[in-house]
Amino acid sequence: MKWVGVALIAGSLLFPPLFAGDFYINLASQILIAAIFALSLNLLVGFGGMTSLGHASYLGVAAYISALLTSRYGFGHGPAAIISMTGTTAMAAFFGVIALRATGLGFLMITLALSQVLWGLAYRMSNVTNGDNGIAGLTRPMPFGISLDSASSFYWFALIVASLAFLMMTIFVSSSFGSSLKGVRDQPRRMAALGFNPWLIRWITFVYAGFWGGVSGLLYVYYHKYVHPTSLSITSSAEALLGVIAGGSGALGGPVVGAALVLLLKNYASAYLERWNMLLGLVFLFIVLVMPSGLVPGFSSLMARLRGNPR
Amino acid sequence: MQFWIIQGLNSLSLGGLLFLLSSGFSLIFGLMRLANLTHGAFFMLGTYFGATALRSWDGLNIWVTALGAGIVVAAIGGLFERLVLRRLKTNPLGQVLVTLGMSFIISDACLLFWGGDSIPVPTPQNLQAPTRILSFVFPTYRLVLVGCAIGAAIVLYYLLDRTRLGAMIRAGVDDGQMARAIGIPISRLFTIVFCLGAGIAGAGGVLGGPILSAYPGLDADMLPLALIVVILGGIGSLVGAFVGSFIIGFTYTFGTALFPELAYIILFLPMIFVIAFRPQGLFGRVGA
Repeated sequence: MKWVGVALIAGSLLFPPLFAGDFYINLASQILIAAIFALSLNLLVGFGGMTSLGHASYLGVAAYISALLTSRYGFGHGPAAIISMTGTTAMAAFFGVIALRATGLGFLMITLALSQVLWGLAYRMSNVTNGDNGIAGLTRPMPFGISLDSASSFYWFALIVASLAFLMMTIFVSSSFGSSLKGVRDQPRRMAALGFNPWLIRWITFVYAGFWGGVSGLLYVYYHKYVHPTSLSITSSAEALLGVIAGGSGALGGPVVGAALVLLLKNYASAYLERWNMLLGLVFLFIVLVMPSGLVPGFSSLMARLRGNPR
Repeated sequence: MQFWIIQGLNSLSLGGLLFLLSSGFSLIFGLMRLANLTHGAFFMLGTYFGATALRSWDGLNIWVTALGAGIVVAAIGGLFERLVLRRLKTNPLGQVLVTLGMSFIISDACLLFWGGDSIPVPTPQNLQAPTRILSFVFPTYRLVLVGCAIGAAIVLYYLLDRTRLGAMIRAGVDDGQMARAIGIPISRLFTIVFCLGAGIAGAGGVLGGPILSAYPGLDADMLPLALIVVILGGIGSLVGAFVGSFIIGFTYTFGTALFPELAYIILFLPMIFVIAFRPQGLFGRVGA
């Protein structure tokens, strides 16, 4: 049963570049990028119990650093990627120290305030970031001399990175460190009594999540060849959080499904109406009020009930 | 010298506006343990209502407009609390997400109704003439605004500290369970406080109109300022909101005037400083 599922997923991942047109391949690439982003956020939300409303900071800052270095300062993509990841991870380390002074709603408010500061900075510091015009005219990297300009080659690139990200995050949460993280989420005082350092565990997770958020930011800027302050906005953070909540934050695969749904909804909705933000808000209300545990756990408990072994 | 005085007054008036915004946020958080991310949208809604009313009827009194917009926004807030937030009593994360969703809906609805251009709000005619004090010239409206914020602070303080309603709210903030057990109607207090907070934000939005003007994204500009004020001053503390508002008013105004590009980073410094040394905020009693 499990192998059928794996084969189905693998088949569906190989499907787009082999059979579908460019539009769908590009959509699939965007889904992969959103999935990495949602997965990294889920390390905080689902496994760490830390609801961040500022995760777009890492996506946006990685994208901006890479864009600035390659377009303005003539860096190659390799060094730019390394500097951008180092910078983003360092920022996550610093923001983690600040935000983790609080837990719960305080943590949420601090992450939101920090990310809004960055968003305002991207708008106002227009001689560096180009403000509302964003940075355009970027290029995609050429790993090992292979051009990523066609839709399918970029899809393969994104698929490799996404698989690696999925693998690394799976290892992270299923390791003994992952268990202690879940312990800290559920019973921080008992964990502290057992000799663990809850703060350090949370902080390491925060930095790790920031790192993978940065990776998704690099893919984001490679894909769009453009970066705008909206990539840092609260809407961007909220879309990812909606993906995590909608998919179900407990399971590892949940956010992937949720991110895909949010992205598809955004693409199809914006083809017909301009009111994406309003729709996003309504979906938030709907998910929270009707399906608070998310679609994937909801669906799997339904399946379990159908097979006659209710959880 | 004129520069410093004018910027000082600008700081005070921004601080006053921030107090009108963040006092409600702080009260709601203190009583309901709810980070109401719709608060910036309530403020913006007030500004748009005020802009429309003041531009449609010549000579309409801004205080009457602020009161009216405050009541309308309070009613919207009350409905939202009764119909949506109430269902999520046991799910604090869900509550935050719903307020976030609501803020998206309101700000997009404002964009739909009022369009993408910024709408300037006229300064009341009798307050347009500048005031001269000791050979310095002050914009009268800003002076009045500062006075208004201080007045609101005094009224709120009196309400919380000297009335029966205030005593019940304070009891609810300190220990909701126990307050409920001795017969204080916490559930009705939730609605009252939510309406009150939303109403103050809406009225503040009208009063801020002549300075800020109504534009899409006003909510996204004001909400982080309110968050920083509350983090700085201490969550749930009225005095904290008051002091924090003026600290941020000064930091932001002088930051923008002296280092326009770095204003946001400068804004961030007092917050880091306070979080590092006093995570519960300057006047907060417990961490969130």
